Parts: sequence; C-alpha cells; structure tokens
Amino acid sequence: MATKTVEFNVGQGREMGLGGAGAASPIAPFDIPEPEVGTEQMLINIGPQHPATHGVLRLVCELDGETVTSVTPHIGYLHSSFEKLGEYRTWNQIVPLTDRMDYLAPLIYNCAYVMSVEKLMGIEVTERCKVVRVILMELDRIFGHLLWLGTTAIDVGAFTPFLYSFQQREKIYSLHEALTGARITTSATRVGGMMADLPEGWLEQLLEFLDNFPKTLAEVHHLLTGNQIHIGRTQGVGTISAAEAINYGFTGPNLRAAGVPYDVRKDRPYYDYETYDFDVPVGEHGDCYDRYLCRMEEMEQSVSIIRQAMARLPDGPINVDDPNVSLPSKTDAMSDMESMIHHFKLITDGIPAPEGDCYMAIEASKGELGMYVVAEEGGTKPVRWRVRPPSFVNLSVIPKLAEGHLLSDLIMINASLDIVLGEIDR
Amino acid sequence: MADEQKSGLDAVDEGPLGSDTTEAPEQTSTGDPSEHPSVAALLERFASEVQRHQLTAGDQWVVWINPERSHEILSWLKDDLDQAYDMMSDVTGVDYGGGRPVEVVYQMFSTAHSRALRLRCPLPLDAMEIDSVVDLWKSADWLEREVFDLFGVTFKGHPDLRRILMPDDYAEGHPLRKDFPLRGRFSRAEQTRRALAQDVERFYLAENLEAGDPQEVEATEVGTVADSGAGTLPAPAEAGEDD
Repeated sequence: MATKTVEFNVGQGREMGLGGAGAASPIAPFDIPEPEVGTEQMLINIGPQHPATHGVLRLVCELDGETVTSVTPHIGYLHSSFEKLGEYRTWNQIVPLTDRMDYLAPLIYNCAYVMSVEKLMGIEVTERCKVVRVILMELDRIFGHLLWLGTTAIDVGAFTPFLYSFQQREKIYSLHEALTGARITTSATRVGGMMADLPEGWLEQLLEFLDNFPKTLAEVHHLLTGNQIHIGRTQGVGTISAAEAINYGFTGPNLRAAGVPYDVRKDRPYYDYETYDFDVPVGEHGDCYDRYLCRMEEMEQSVSIIRQAMARLPDGPINVDDPNVSLPSKTDAMSDMESMIHHFKLITDGIPAPEGDCYMAIEASKGELGMYVVAEEGGTKPVRWRVRPPSFVNLSVIPKLAEGHLLSDLIMINASLDIVLGEIDR
Repeated sequence: MADEQKSGLDAVDEGPLGSDTTEAPEQTSTGDPSEHPSVAALLERFASEVQRHQLTAGDQWVVWINPERSHEILSWLKDDLDQAYDMMSDVTGVDYGGGRPVEVVYQMFSTAHSRALRLRCPLPLDAMEIDSVVDLWKSADWLEREVFDLFGVTFKGHPDLRRILMPDDYAEGHPLRKDFPLRGRFSRAEQTRRALAQDVERFYLAENLEAGDPQEVEATEVGTVADSGAGTLPAPAEAGEDD
C-alpha cells in the first residue's frame, strides 16, 4: 500500500492547528497510510445552472485535490441560431436580433451591425448620427462593465459593489428607456441612421448620470482596489503572457491587461475615434487584477469620451437623406405620393445591397466585435450574417487559464473574462 | 423576394433563395493589388494558388485561395515578418446555396503592421475538408469547431473536433447550410418525440463524465441509475471520452 509522509500544519502557525495544550508540543512528521479516498482525480460539474458561471455555461472540471487539472467548457444552451434567422430577414429586421446577443451592452451591438451594413452599401451616415452612436456605444461600454464589476465582486465575496453598480446601471436603463422605449432590447439603430433622434431632455439626463457616476466609481475603487481579500483573490490568478493572449484570440480588456495595447478604436478607428482624446489602459501581468484595473479605467475614459462627444454634437438630421434607405416621416408618407411609394418599397422589399462582403470590427465592451455580412447583387437579405463574438473566443481560453489553479480561482477567472452567454451561444 | 401569394409563416419558411447560378462568379479581380502589400506579396509568391482577389466595401481586401494549400499560405502569412498576421480574428463559413462551394473565411489582423486581410477558401460540396490552423493560432480552436458544427466542414488536424453549439447527438445536419430548413429537418412531431425520449440523466452519469479509467468509478450508485433506464435508450454519447 502506498504511503506518504504527511506533515500537518507546516507553514502555518502551530497554534492554529492544535491549540490548547497541544500548541506547545512540536509536531513531528509521521507516516500514515495514504487513504483510499481522495487520491484519484475527481470530476466536478459546474452549471449549466449555477450563479457563478454568469449564464448557462457548463464547466466540467477535473480536480486533483482542490487543484484544477483540466476544464472543459460546454456551451450552446442558449443557442437560438440568430445567424440563420438573419438570413430570413431584411437588413433592418435583423437589428432586433443583435441586442438579444449581448443584452448587457445592447446598443453596441445595434450600432456595430448597422455600421457593417452601411459600409457594405457605401452609405455615409450624418455627422450627428456618428456622434450619437459614439455616445451610445460608450454609454453601453459603461453599462456592460458595470455588470461585470458587480457580479465579479460578488464572486469574491464583496456584496456592496454589486449594489452600487446596479444602482448606476438602473440610471442607464432609464436612459435606454427614454431613448428607445425598452430597457434591454433597445433596437435603436436603423440602416442609415437611428430609429429616432434623441428625445428632449435626454442629454440633460445623461449629463446628470455622468456627474454622479464617477463618484460611485471612486467608492468602488476605494472598496476593492486596495482591498487585501480582493488582491489576494485576483493577483497572479489566471495569468497569460502578451504573445499567448494574442495567439489565443483574446481581445478587449482581457488582451490589454496582458500588456498588448490593441484597441480597435485606436488601431482601426471608426466614427472619428482618432479625434477623441482618450487613453487605452494597458496592464502588465495579464492576471485577474489587471483585467479589473483595465475595466475600471476604461469606464472613466468612456465618461470622458461621452463628454467630448456631447460637446461636439452637431445639429441636423440624424438619418441619411436617401429615400431608398431611410423611411420618410409619417406625415410625408401619408400626404406625399412619392414618399408613400418609397415607404411601401422600403417596407415590402427592403434596401438592396451590392454584391460583396464586409467585415466591420468595433471595440465592444467585451472585446473585438466583428460583424461580417455577405450579400448578393441587389439582395435585400443577407446571404450570410456572421457575428464574431468576443466573449466566445475569450471563453475558449479558460482551460488554459484555469489549469493548475484552485477551484475557487476558476470561478474568479471565469468572472474576470466578462463573458455573456447570449452572445457566445447566439 | 417571397411569393406574394403566401403569407405569414409560409413566407418565412421559404427563406433565402439559393443562388441562381451553380458556378461562382467569373474569376475576376478588382482593385489595384499594389495598394495592399500582403495581396501583392501573395500574388507574387503564390500566384498559382490565388484564384482571385477583390476590393470590397471600400477598403477591404479579399483573396480567394486554393484550399488545398491553405495551411501553407496561412502559415507563411503568420510567420513572414513583412506580413506577421498574428491575430486570427475569425474563422467562419459562407454557403451561397444552389450547389456553389461552401467557403471558409479567415479574418486576420496584423498588430505589427496594423493591417487586416480576409482569405476565402471555396470548398466543393463533395470535398468539405480543409487543414486546421489551430497549430498556428489557438484562437481558431472553437471557431473551427463552430464551422464544423454549423457547416459540416471537416478541419484536418484539429485536436478536438466536436460539435460546439448544437448537442453532440444532433442528428439533423448542419444548420447554417442553405439546404437546411429554418425549422429543422425533422417534423415537429419527430422533434418532440426525440426530446421526450432523451434521458437527461445520462449526460450526468459518471461514466460519461469520467476521463480516466472507468473501473475507478464506484459501481454501486452508477449501476442503479444506468440499470433503471438504459434498456430502452440509445448508447451514451460517444463524445463522453473527451469530457
């Protein structure tokens, strides 16, 4: 029978182990037979219904004691085949499918999709529309990061940041609702513009949020950034090197935490991002703590970008002035014959696209979000609509990150990747 | 596009029409390849393997290459210092229907040169195979599994080619192919029958989860669960070993 030397409480205070009278006596190592139980690899199934998986994700872990030796993620529980559904819909009818993917930052997905279609069709949106979309995308970056912040803090046992961040998310929900009528399923964009211009008083409401939000962020900083427990749980956990992070397909804050300054807004600018003054926070160690710091800083940068965008928000129309792309106003459609015909053609046929394909990458809150559309000549529906999902690729790295860590660290690593299963499964 | 006589869900079921032609468009090229260093270099180095190239959506370059030598070309694009495409952003498929080849699409980005490139490899329907690039970019792992799952393209040399979004025992084919009807191949009744016939617990049996020697699993509890329902059921999923 196999035996092994066991030393109890080595490395810890002796008193902690024994206590009382035994505390003073030295602990001598002695041989005991290795117990039958607990020497074999153990399989633990986490999920698909488990709060720490942040969605319907199933992780099958192989454990040696408490150390994870391998993780196999199983996904697809939310698969709705959005991409297949998209092939049966006209260009504008796809917009509602996009916000159901990343329901934590829906406006980014709305914008990314129509940006790709507009690029394919060669439509240049108005200046006002560009700036409004920048505001909305940055607002939803904060929106997405706030959910990550709250839920991740809960995973390491800090409950208060969850309440703080959800209080602020509620304010953004109200902004969504004022703009689109919906809190999550925004569907705010249309090819060539927006569903509607900003309502009256919306910018003031946004300004109020921007004034109050940094205070909350500072409070959370105060609670977590220097917190011993938080540092102990996150520093050195789930590290990845810069070269590996690129090779494994990390994007977004996860990649930047590893020290790669790749940000689509800077490297492949769209919507005049090169003219905004903002920093791209870059980490050093590629661990959970650096991912945390990167996202915290990104929220502050987003506040700054929104303020700059609000300062330059031009007047003018929000939709392109092209009757083959934008719907006429209801008044025109009801009183003017030509507008009515355009309205009818747009609704029944849709917008014809040229032959070709277009891959539009933007910086979503989770990473590089690519929208790839393929069209045939004159097609009013896509031949193929593909979403390059950032958290799908980010999640695929988890077996590498978690290997050799404790089971409790796996939960932290999973949380730090900021995944959303709606988009992973699509 | 849809027949006006039909309405409601009938029209939805009809869905996208297959391509009118069975052949891909003529082997034409547009744009000046010297604008994009990688396209020019590809044309020079792999002239016989480049089928055509195109400038699309304003500033995006697409190169169609011979799928049989895709791995060699992709590996050169990654390792050559003047190309250095270190980021494989996306691997996906496109099916035009109508018998046209299914195309595997690679979206690459070079962080060193800040340059993007798209490669497309048309695969004839009777030879849906292409070399895996997981050995070059780890990010291709799940992306290729998804293309395998939804299009039925086999990636040769992939370390773990299993279905990823659809269930392991999904029997209806590959959903993103144009010949796959929107509501699935099986009738609603058949889908319901299969769903009800599933023994959910078999996915959680230790013998399916176990990666090591099955003899190590304690026999008592497993035995009772398996005996109670195994008689009428199909064999457990083959993929259990990988779990």
